[in-house]
Amino acid sequence: MLRVEDLRLSFGGVRALDGLGFEAAPGEIVSLIGPNGAGKTSAFNCVTGFYRPTGGRVLVDGTDVTGRRPSAIAALGVSRTFQNPRLFKELSVLDNVRSGTHLWLRQNVFDALLHTPRFKRGEREATDEAHRWLDFVGLRGDRAGLVRGLPYGEQRRVEIARALARRPRLLLLDEPAAGLNHGEKAELLDLLGRIRDLGAAVALIEHDMGLVMEVSQRVVVLNFGRGIADGPPGAVRRDPAVIEAYLGRDADEAELAAAREEVRGAGTD
Amino acid sequence: MSQLVWNGLFVGSFYALVALGYSMVYGVIKLLNFAHGDLYMLGAFSGFAMLGALGGLVRSQSLLALLLVLVATMLVTGLAGMALERVAYRPLRGAPRLSLLITAVGASFALEYGTRAAAGADPRVYQVRLGGTTLHVLGARVTVQQLVLVAIAVALMVALHRLVTSSRQGRAMRAIALDPVAARLMGIDVDAVIARTFFLGSALAGAAGVMAGGYYGKIDFLMGFIIGLKAFTAAVIGGIGNIPGTMLGGLLLGLLESFGTDLLGGEWRDVFAFGCLILFLTVRPTGLLGERVTERV
Amino acid sequence: MRLTKDTGPPVKPVRGRGDSALTRLLESRWLGWLGLALALAAPLVIATPYALNVMTSAAIFVMLAVGLNIVVGYCGLLDLGYAAFFAVGAYTSGVLATRLDVPLLATLPAVLAVTVVAGVVIGAPTLRLRSDYLAIVTLGFGEIIRIVATNLTVTGGPSGIYGIPGLFGDATSGAAVFYYVTVLIVAVAVLLAARLGRSRIGRAWRFIREDEDAAEAMGVHTYRTKLAAYVAGAVWGGMAGVLFGAHLSAISPASFTFLQSALVVMAVVLGGMGSTPGVVIGAVVISVVPELLRDLADYRFFAFGVLLIVVMILRPQGLWPHRSRETPHTAARSKGTDHAPG
Repeated sequence: MLRVEDLRLSFGGVRALDGLGFEAAPGEIVSLIGPNGAGKTSAFNCVTGFYRPTGGRVLVDGTDVTGRRPSAIAALGVSRTFQNPRLFKELSVLDNVRSGTHLWLRQNVFDALLHTPRFKRGEREATDEAHRWLDFVGLRGDRAGLVRGLPYGEQRRVEIARALARRPRLLLLDEPAAGLNHGEKAELLDLLGRIRDLGAAVALIEHDMGLVMEVSQRVVVLNFGRGIADGPPGAVRRDPAVIEAYLGRDADEAELAAAREEVRGAGTD
Repeated sequence: MSQLVWNGLFVGSFYALVALGYSMVYGVIKLLNFAHGDLYMLGAFSGFAMLGALGGLVRSQSLLALLLVLVATMLVTGLAGMALERVAYRPLRGAPRLSLLITAVGASFALEYGTRAAAGADPRVYQVRLGGTTLHVLGARVTVQQLVLVAIAVALMVALHRLVTSSRQGRAMRAIALDPVAARLMGIDVDAVIARTFFLGSALAGAAGVMAGGYYGKIDFLMGFIIGLKAFTAAVIGGIGNIPGTMLGGLLLGLLESFGTDLLGGEWRDVFAFGCLILFLTVRPTGLLGERVTERV
Repeated sequence: MRLTKDTGPPVKPVRGRGDSALTRLLESRWLGWLGLALALAAPLVIATPYALNVMTSAAIFVMLAVGLNIVVGYCGLLDLGYAAFFAVGAYTSGVLATRLDVPLLATLPAVLAVTVVAGVVIGAPTLRLRSDYLAIVTLGFGEIIRIVATNLTVTGGPSGIYGIPGLFGDATSGAAVFYYVTVLIVAVAVLLAARLGRSRIGRAWRFIREDEDAAEAMGVHTYRTKLAAYVAGAVWGGMAGVLFGAHLSAISPASFTFLQSALVVMAVVLGGMGSTPGVVIGAVVISVVPELLRDLADYRFFAFGVLLIVVMILRPQGLWPHRSRETPHTAARSKGTDHAPG
């Protein structure tokens, strides 16, 4: 579904991405992990068209989308969330999720002006779809009110519901667990499993190792803009290069042990 | 030919003076101050009022009187600019960009029609008219007064440039432009620096207003509208937020207009200037000396 | 407040901000009919030629404000040269009607075509720009259109065009008839603009206003969608221009200055950006109040300017804000759809 080849991106002299490659297949969750500044979010931004890579290719379902604008890439079935939720703050929760229907809702200007049966059907369908996905993510709170009135954790759910309402074939989630409390993380874990069962390819950026190890089929480890490990969670967590990337070369034994512990992710946090 | 160049440079130095205020304010707080052109108008009117008050001196020593008035007016418009910032823009710092723009339009309206209510709708005629001796330089007719005005404009711009590049004040301005939050953390009094930026920019616009009044003779309450647009054009051509770029942009716009008018006729002058603006924004939105900004999410 | 009967269990009760009868009335769908009825009844109260003139101008101004509301209120793009489209519409129909003797109604397709083209030509280069650049460039375009109209001979130069016929030729040119026709046309225009705002493209406009990047990520081609808003605004402005020409039977560049554009912006901002009732009322107030306060003519624009600043600082959502909450009607799901997809 997604194939990234030799992706390169530099800002001025800084190389954010330096030959990154990975893949994501339908029905699997691929996690991108790595230290801060390793290039994870930059990779997402290149895949979704927000950054124009300086080299390499991004293929979505076999189509080369490198350098296309984000909306064109979204039209191919790609949907994403942002590291800091980017919701439409002054709009209702339902309207936020309705934005996911933008690409597939069939309605032209004349339908809207004349309120044709197709318009009414479409609007109903968009509302139903929004409710359905809000149920799916388990939103608690007023759906008719403004999204900025919701607590942070619920806003994260709305953002995921919005991305799902796009009916994506490839979904990119950028740190969905950031800022969530213990209970919310457990619910997220369950939600991620159900999203995978929908059959889309999911790419996930996450710092919570326990969550990553539990939910991912494959883990790609980034450091300095390139992949240093790629494989099932069990293999990656034992990879010496990964442990070194997290700690640096001069780590002493005690730190290494702690790092192993972290990467191994004893339990789900 | 050389006449066209001289005319262009002369008008361009006015544009540059006004454009600097636009550019500095934009550079520091990313606000397009629509009311900036009206500070130029305010300068012309306050100069007019002061000349009226000076009376006798104006008749005997017109250039000296004009210089005195110029300095006093810069003080007046500078303070007016600071007041504008304090009343209209500061309460909205951090508000959506649209709110700020609308406020700026409101400020422009208030200044224009406030002046109209105070001074009347009819054009006023300056008591001092700088006519006078004509020199011939390289085939162009140049008056001494034009030379004096250009010299004043250049002196003001050089002084501003020195102030911004090599003083604490200038460093603080540049720091805020880069990152207001960090600047505040480093102990810079952001509010004070922004206020001073408004003072400097508005003072320059006021100076240009008095000079225009003295040279062209007629002033009216809407005179700031077109020059505000032209100043913005000049700032965009040179690179908004960049001081040497803005000066260059002003002169360049003056030259472009001068040649464009010669080609198309005077009635198309403004159309030509705004055409240049749109062309520049489409082809090179960062201007000649502006830096490229990396797109970020 | 009652719930719609069939809502599924997870939907919490949907309540408006207030439950007062007034709030219910103001948010009800009958509000539009009420406004229309008031407009139609007004000549029964006062029908002097002067009053009819003021009311007709106000109705045309409402149409302008509703059109600009698409651009500024829905999409969040500040257009300071909106009078340009007003001028394009007025001049297109005026030139065709007076020079080629085309009946005014028959010029409408041409006006539509020309305003769409004008919207694209002005919007295409400018809508790629940052929003604040856009504001000032539209200002420049407004001036360009006005200066072009002043300089060309086909537009009658500085003195403009005289003798524009009424909407149905000169036979039915009574002021009251014209007022009623105008009100009906404007009412349809208001309704259509509001409907656009509540549709797929209207939502897309609001997404852009709220967060352009997020809108783009959801598949909204932001550039084309902004252009669509701009063109829609142009069409509304152009149609208002036709009415304007028919009303005054003469147009000149002096009617299409920055002042005119700024007044429309004020109507939209004061009333409440994005709010149809707010904008309609804002437009009526902005166009009628100066007539009531003739003695204060010198101060009224000064007051408008100060008012803009005050509103932005104290009540940026305007006097009658757009209702962002959903009504029970729009939030309700249809029957039997309350299970999760799988």
